[in-house]
Amino acid sequence: MVPALVVVLAIIIFPWLFTIWMSLNEWKVGTPTTFVGLANFVRLPNDPRFVEAIGHTILYTALSVLLPLVFGTFAAVVFHQKFPGRGFLRGVFIMPMMATPVAIALVWTMMFHPQLGVLNYLLSLIGLPAQLWVFHPATVIPSLVLVETWQWTPLVMLIVLGGLAAIPAEPHESAQIDGASIWQAFRYITLPLITPFLFIAGMIRMIDAVKSFDIIFAITQGGPGSASETINLYLYSVAFIYYDLGYGSAIAVVFFILIVMLAAVLLYLRQRTVWTEIGGA
Amino acid sequence: MKDSLVSRRAVVAGTAAAGILGLTGFPVRAEPQWKKYAGTKLEVILAKGPRGDNLQKYIKGFTELTGIQVESEQIPEQQQRQKCVIELASGKPSFDVVHVSYHVQKRQFEKAGWLADISGYMKDPNLTVPDLVESDFSAAGLQYAKNGQGQMLSLPWSVDYFILYYNKELFQKKGVAVPKTLDEMVVAAEKLTDPKEGTFGFVGRGLRNANMALWTNFYLNYGGEFLDDKGNILTDGPEAVEATKLYQTLLTKAAPPGVAGFNWMESMASFTQGRSAMWIDADGWAPPLEDPSASRVVGKVGYTLVPAGPKGQYSSTYGDGIGIAAASKNKEAAYLLCQWAVSKAQGTRLLQAGGGVPFRNSVLDDPEVRKGVKNQEWLQSVIDSAKISKLGLPVVIPVAEFRDLVGAALTATLSGGDPATELKKAHEQFRPILERSEKA
Repeated sequence: MVPALVVVLAIIIFPWLFTIWMSLNEWKVGTPTTFVGLANFVRLPNDPRFVEAIGHTILYTALSVLLPLVFGTFAAVVFHQKFPGRGFLRGVFIMPMMATPVAIALVWTMMFHPQLGVLNYLLSLIGLPAQLWVFHPATVIPSLVLVETWQWTPLVMLIVLGGLAAIPAEPHESAQIDGASIWQAFRYITLPLITPFLFIAGMIRMIDAVKSFDIIFAITQGGPGSASETINLYLYSVAFIYYDLGYGSAIAVVFFILIVMLAAVLLYLRQRTVWTEIGGA
Repeated sequence: MKDSLVSRRAVVAGTAAAGILGLTGFPVRAEPQWKKYAGTKLEVILAKGPRGDNLQKYIKGFTELTGIQVESEQIPEQQQRQKCVIELASGKPSFDVVHVSYHVQKRQFEKAGWLADISGYMKDPNLTVPDLVESDFSAAGLQYAKNGQGQMLSLPWSVDYFILYYNKELFQKKGVAVPKTLDEMVVAAEKLTDPKEGTFGFVGRGLRNANMALWTNFYLNYGGEFLDDKGNILTDGPEAVEATKLYQTLLTKAAPPGVAGFNWMESMASFTQGRSAMWIDADGWAPPLEDPSASRVVGKVGYTLVPAGPKGQYSSTYGDGIGIAAASKNKEAAYLLCQWAVSKAQGTRLLQAGGGVPFRNSVLDDPEVRKGVKNQEWLQSVIDSAKISKLGLPVVIPVAEFRDLVGAALTATLSGGDPATELKKAHEQFRPILERSEKA
């Protein structure tokens, strides 16, 4: 018990308390620190880069959760069917998940290149105009989400496949006898039964997406301008490029509170869903 | 190798004729007490790149001359800067000698007192070879190395001038002359742009932060200064607005699509593929441009000065130095190493390998050294740039914030933002940061 407590205190509680303490100080590397109370927090709402970063984080997270969920569920339903070569294709499908994010990011950076990239070449083959992808403020976040989606759809698929395997065959059989369409069977039987799995997948994706750093940093560094700067990237700049540890800590504290709130909402929704499911059963 | 060995022995024996240069990097007539610190072990932290390579490649010669053991590591630039700051702030850095990026770290290091004052060492004949004198460094180098009180806190190592690279073949094809002024450059760039063929007149950094290094060339040539006498930032004045309009025109009317996200790497890719006719960037890119395995424009590249503006002609200058951590216990030994790193022989090797340009005039002005440089046109552009060099960034502590905020304003103009409005907005954010950091 005591060793566990010491470990928790040393690696979780102490850093947190220290971060909160730093956030109450004007703490710039190389200069003396002074206590400033809540001044760093007061700066936040008036800092347009921070406010923008919140918006970018929300958009990036929402898209990076939703798209892999939709595509992953679809892929799971497809790969749940029996067809020749299924095992092999499943293996191929989950390969993006195994690659290192930074390596992927560098490859995608070249693929996105408006003049030399393969994506615009592919578009030209089907007669579509060239796009600017990550090189334009309006398209940068969706383009980054494309990379996230490509890499993490397989994870959602794996989780949902587990859920599908657990569904008994009877409800589907009786639905078939009653003449339900494929969509109806999915909507009214499969979907409610895999919802708990979707929540888990969604939660894992959300945690991953909200703290995403590597892909964005390696591809755009938050640019063009600050069009893809999420809270994480801004926090990194403030703390480790501007060396403003006090203000950076204040951002970290606010970011932590946002994440806790988001997690609480998801947990609440999940509990409610389970309750409905049991109630309906 | 052979003559190096001979002269090294000569140094040890103290008998060789003056003027012979050895692997050790010093004229043999000079005899500080090289061996006094034999057995000392030095730790060096370097930013990854040709400067670090050049030091590591020849370090054995230094050890043989002095008996000082040197452990060095090269870390990618960004991470090296972070590691240095964190370790220096801790008061107990793991290194004695540090590779400093002047244009980013000068003020920060000075204000925090992290570097040892070496002015005294430079005057001490037991420590310093006679040819290492302040006046041998270019003005920009001294401006970087000295603090407000005139103390030398580092030795200027390698300088980056911004130059204009141009594709001779594209210029010839369209019958366009190499521009001498910024106005001519805009006209030329527009003439050279042919989106149907996928070729563009100009390419350069559009990416926030990185783009400042390009923009300041225009700003300085429009007569801009970074700070007034009281230390107030001036980069939203009329000169800045004009420079930004030029930047906006070039990068939106004559540059490849997506340039707002280009750093030097993407710009170079476009230039080496023969897709862009002009590129303004740091002077260190000749080796990759002339490398047949990486470039389609080998032998077709012209090297010249950044064109003149209405108020003058300057080349934005950035640079690196090598200094001693104030907390080091081996300062004299560390000084010997710094001195060797910027020695004429080491500088010659750096220049001839195309890896950088030494701050020392005695290297650049030496006809023998010049003869050894393969790309003479490049060399000439560098020598000419040295004469019109001017610091490319304001010397303030929050340089990174400045580059990010004003850089973001510039990027915003590429998607239609109004230069004056964007600059004003950026400076409203930057001024309080500057005030806070300078008053602390």
